[in-house]
Parts: sequence; structure tokens; C-alpha cells
Amino acid sequence: MEIIDNLALGFSIALSPYTLMLAVIGCFLGTIIGALPGLGPSNGVAILIPLTFTLGLDATSALVLMTSVYYGAMYGGRISSILLNIPGDEPALMTTLDGYPMAKAGRGGDALVLSGVASFVGAFLATIGLMLLAPMLARVAYLFGPAEYFALYMLAFCTLGGMASNNQAKAAIASCIGLGIAMIGVDNSSGLPRLTGGNLHLMDGVDFLVAIVGLFAISEVFFFIESHGKGSSIGIKLEKVTIPWKDIYETKWTMLRASGIGFIAGILPGAGASLGSFLAYMSEKSIAGEKGGFGTGVPKGVAAPEAGNNAAAGGALVPMLTLGVPGSGTTAVLLALLMTLNITPGPTLFTDRPEVVWGLIASLLIANVVLLLMNVPMVKIFVRILQVPAWILLPGVTMVSFVGIYSLSGSYFDLVLMVGFGALGYVLRKLDIPTVPVILGILLGGHMEDALRRAMVLSDGDVAYLVSSPIAIVLWVAAILGFVAPMMLRKFLEKPQRVTD
Amino acid sequence: MPSDRIFGLVALMTALAFIASATQIQTSFLSDPVGPKMFPILIGVVAVIGSLSLILRPDPNPDWPAMRSFMALLVAVVVLIGYAFALKPFGFLIPTAITAGILSYQISPKINAAMMSGLGLSVGLFGLFKFALGLGLVAFPRFLTG
Repeated sequence: MEIIDNLALGFSIALSPYTLMLAVIGCFLGTIIGALPGLGPSNGVAILIPLTFTLGLDATSALVLMTSVYYGAMYGGRISSILLNIPGDEPALMTTLDGYPMAKAGRGGDALVLSGVASFVGAFLATIGLMLLAPMLARVAYLFGPAEYFALYMLAFCTLGGMASNNQAKAAIASCIGLGIAMIGVDNSSGLPRLTGGNLHLMDGVDFLVAIVGLFAISEVFFFIESHGKGSSIGIKLEKVTIPWKDIYETKWTMLRASGIGFIAGILPGAGASLGSFLAYMSEKSIAGEKGGFGTGVPKGVAAPEAGNNAAAGGALVPMLTLGVPGSGTTAVLLALLMTLNITPGPTLFTDRPEVVWGLIASLLIANVVLLLMNVPMVKIFVRILQVPAWILLPGVTMVSFVGIYSLSGSYFDLVLMVGFGALGYVLRKLDIPTVPVILGILLGGHMEDALRRAMVLSDGDVAYLVSSPIAIVLWVAAILGFVAPMMLRKFLEKPQRVTD
Repeated sequence: MPSDRIFGLVALMTALAFIASATQIQTSFLSDPVGPKMFPILIGVVAVIGSLSLILRPDPNPDWPAMRSFMALLVAVVVLIGYAFALKPFGFLIPTAITAGILSYQISPKINAAMMSGLGLSVGLFGLFKFALGLGLVAFPRFLTG
């Protein structure tokens, strides 16, 4: 069995005491990052990347550490969703719908443990799915030429724009901002500078880490200054935490179904975890019907989005590793991590550097078990961490971001740029313009242009070459559908609003 | 006027400027059929379409903060930019303490708590970065330590 051999290789790397230690540290840090209001998986991973880079960890160790943080943050996000009614990030929004009412009814402990188990089920099944599907997709990905890659990038931007925003025009503008920024710097093929305005600092282009940390972390600080940190205090007392065996047993089918839905949603490039938890919640709601009482604090309403969300997080790794196209905001950040470590995701990753891929998969499995073991008994400790006041936390986040970026280049220019991205992020988020397409644009812009130009070299400038293969046609159709369909479906798929007190 | 319309106008201007500067990109004699201008121009065109649609069909306004919060945000931006410039010549500890203190005060206006969190964060993070993570930070400016 090829998979068993590969897994054995992975575990031989990931089970060394050192990597195991990194996984435990990553899980712990990640859960804290996810639990803290105002810090989600995306910005948590974002501010840690520059630091990991300067620590000089080798590729596998850095990857193990950061993916543990990523999975941990997905776990931790549910704590603030359930106890504070503050989703740590977009996908956790669905967990607040039933989690917070459950906590208000005095069942906060049950909700936390149940969601922990649901997260485990979702993430575990998704990791298995990743193991089975990714090598197959990697084989298909060998058939991809530049035209197919160009169509694939279009698909990512279109589905992301269609799903992540309520207004397609805004998503399109956001993508253009990112792509436009990616164009700044020396042109890959001609070696001449483009759009730098003569500024020497811009010759190397804009570092995506600077943009990510600015858009995700610094803009959050501005939001807290605007709101004066209101709404981040804990309103719910947590009594003794016991394991609600009955609820876990009763929601087993819900968890399995939600994991399946979440995994598929996660695989779609650009759609990601938000769609996973949303679809999982909505489908369970319609299966349960009116009598199910979704929205009033039922266990199924907590289990479904958490399983879906974590399964989507695993599913999102499939296109990220095999094609280099991330499926969500956080995987975009992970892609940034891979690029910083000089690992190019794509089909060749599976054949050239199997130790990276399978070490990563093995460490995901380990991280999952560690997280379950850590989260159930230690949930009270994490809840205590929620009480760190915003006026210490947010300045701390700012300083960590500054030091991280400063240690990358040691230049004031990147820091000023980061503050600029923070201000841009504030304005964009205020106007309900999604910031993930900006990141994706900066990350993928160069590749997308290369794909287009290579395709045109192959066809000697014939535009029809872009839609000349069946794979490319399917991708283009999917891209157009992904962009247009949400406009038609918006009436039916109205996002549920947050529960308000 | 809805904020979306203003943003649309700004985006439109930026996109047009982007296209204009993209047409000025130097091409080398070794060019491929697409060349270095085409893709930036395409991006600009999509952005123009997006901004026009935003100007024509704006969403309702978000809740903008009051003028005072805006001033606070402006102060925060200025302080952070100042911090960016101060980090190299003045070392880590002093600028960090001041900046963290100001941000803390802006989030929750309690002067003592803000001072404590500024000092605590500055010293604590310095210890963490310097000794636990081994980053090469400079504690004090050179003219103090000699």
C-alpha cells in the first residue's frame, strides 16, 4: 500500500521528539490565538510567520509548527464564539448561532466539549480525505499547462469573490487591488522595473508578509481603537466542565454529514471554511426541520458548523498543496508561509519533496489528537486567557507584528507600508470589501501573469488557446458560475445574522 | 453621498492612473506576445468596471465612527508611523514603551493601566524576543549606551 508507506515516512519525520514538541507548542499557541477575540487563524498565523522565519527553523519544522497553530486556531475560535458571542474569524460565525444561546442557558461547558469533539471529527476525517485525494489530484495536476493554470487562478478569484462578499463588484475591486500590487517591482520576463514610481524600495515588489500582517493584524487594532475594546468582556460564567456523552452520541450523524460537506466546500478553490461551516449548518438545519430548534441553542447546531469548519480547513489544504491555489484566507497565509520557506506547492511537491508533504499530513494527524486531549481538560485555562484585557492584548499584537516585519528586512519602509496596509484594511472592512482577495491577488498575481504570458508564447498570441482544452473549459465555466451564481442564489442563501442580546 | 460612491470614485481614479502608468512601462526588445504591459492594463480595466458598478449601485452606508474616534485613529496611524521610524535609531525599549502605552490608552483611557502595559509589554517582549527567540534587537540607542 502506497499510502501506508507514505504515512510511515511522514510519521518517521513528525514523531521525532523535537517535531512533536513543536506540534504541542503550536497547538497550544494556536488555541490561545484562536480563542483571543480579535485574533483569528489568519492574523495569528500571519504575525507568527516572520518570527518563524527569523528563528531559522528548517522547512519541515516550520511547517509542522505553523500548521499546528493553524489547526489550533480553528479549535480555539469556538471558545470566543460560544462564550462571548464574538466569532474569532468568519467561519466561526455559524458556531455563535447555537453555541452562545447554549452557553447562556448554562450549558457552556457542554457546548465547548461537544464542539471540541466535533472539531476533532471534522479535522480528522478531512485529513484522511486529504491523504486519499491529494495524491490523485496531484497526478491530474500534471496535465495542467499554463492555460489551465490561468483558468484555475480565475476560478479561485471568481469563487472567492462570489462567496466571500455580498457584492461582486467589491470582491472584483479587492482582487484588482491585490493583483495590481503584485505587478509592482521588476518584471520577471523582461527584467525591467514596473510601476515603482522610481522608488528603490519598491524594486523588489511589495512583500506579501507586510501586506498580510497589515491587512489582518494592524487593521484589527484600529477596530479596537474605534470601539474602545467594548464587547470583549466575558459575560458568561463557566461551571464545572463534564463530558456530555449523550450529546456527542446523538450528534454523530450530524458530525459525519457536516464533515463531508465541509471537506467538499474546502476543496473548492477560493470558497473555503466559511462556506463549509455555512453549508453544514444550513443543511443540518433543513434536515432537522422546524422541530429541530436550530438557533435556540441545540447541540446539533454547535456540532454541525464546527465539524464543517474544521473539515473545510483540511479540505482547503488539498488545492493549496496540489495546485498552489489556496481555498481560504488562512490557507492563503499558509501558502505565504510555504513561499517564504522556498517550497513551491504543486504536483511536483508530491514527487520531489514527499517528506514535506507526508510529514505535514502526519503532523496534522498528531496535532489533531493533541488538540483533542488538550482542549477537553484544559478548556478552563483557555477560558481564563480570554480575560486578558484588550488594552494589553492589542498593543502587544502590534508590537509583535512590528518586530516580526522589522526582523525580516530591518527597514523602516516595510513598517510604514504595513501601517498603510493596516489603514487600507480598516477602510476596506468598514465598507464590507473582503480583504482575502487582496492577499490572494498579491500572492498569485505574479504566477497568474506568468501563466498567461507562457500560454500566449505557446500559442503565438492566439487568445483562443486559453480555452482550447477540456480542463480549461471546465475551469472557465466553473469560474463564471462561481461568480454569477451567488447573485441569483443570494435570495435563498441569506446569511443568518449574529444573535444579539 | 454614500461612502461606496466615494470609494468607487477613488478606486476609479486609481485604476485609471494605474492604466496610465502601465502604458508607460518600458518594453524590452526580447518581448513575448503579451509583454509586460498587457496584464496590468487588464487588471486596471476590471477595476474600472468594478468601480463604475460600485458608483452606480452603492450599498447602504456602514456605521462610521464619530469625529472623535476618527481623530483617535489618525493619531494611532501617526504614532505607528513614528514608531516605524524610531525603532532603528532609538532602540527597542523606549519607543515600544511609548507606542504601546499610547495604543493602550486609546483602547481604554486609563492612564496608569496604559503606562503599566506600555512598560510591561516593552520589557516583556524584549526579553521574549532577545533571549527566548534569539532575535538581534538593540535595547537602547547607541548614544545612551556609548
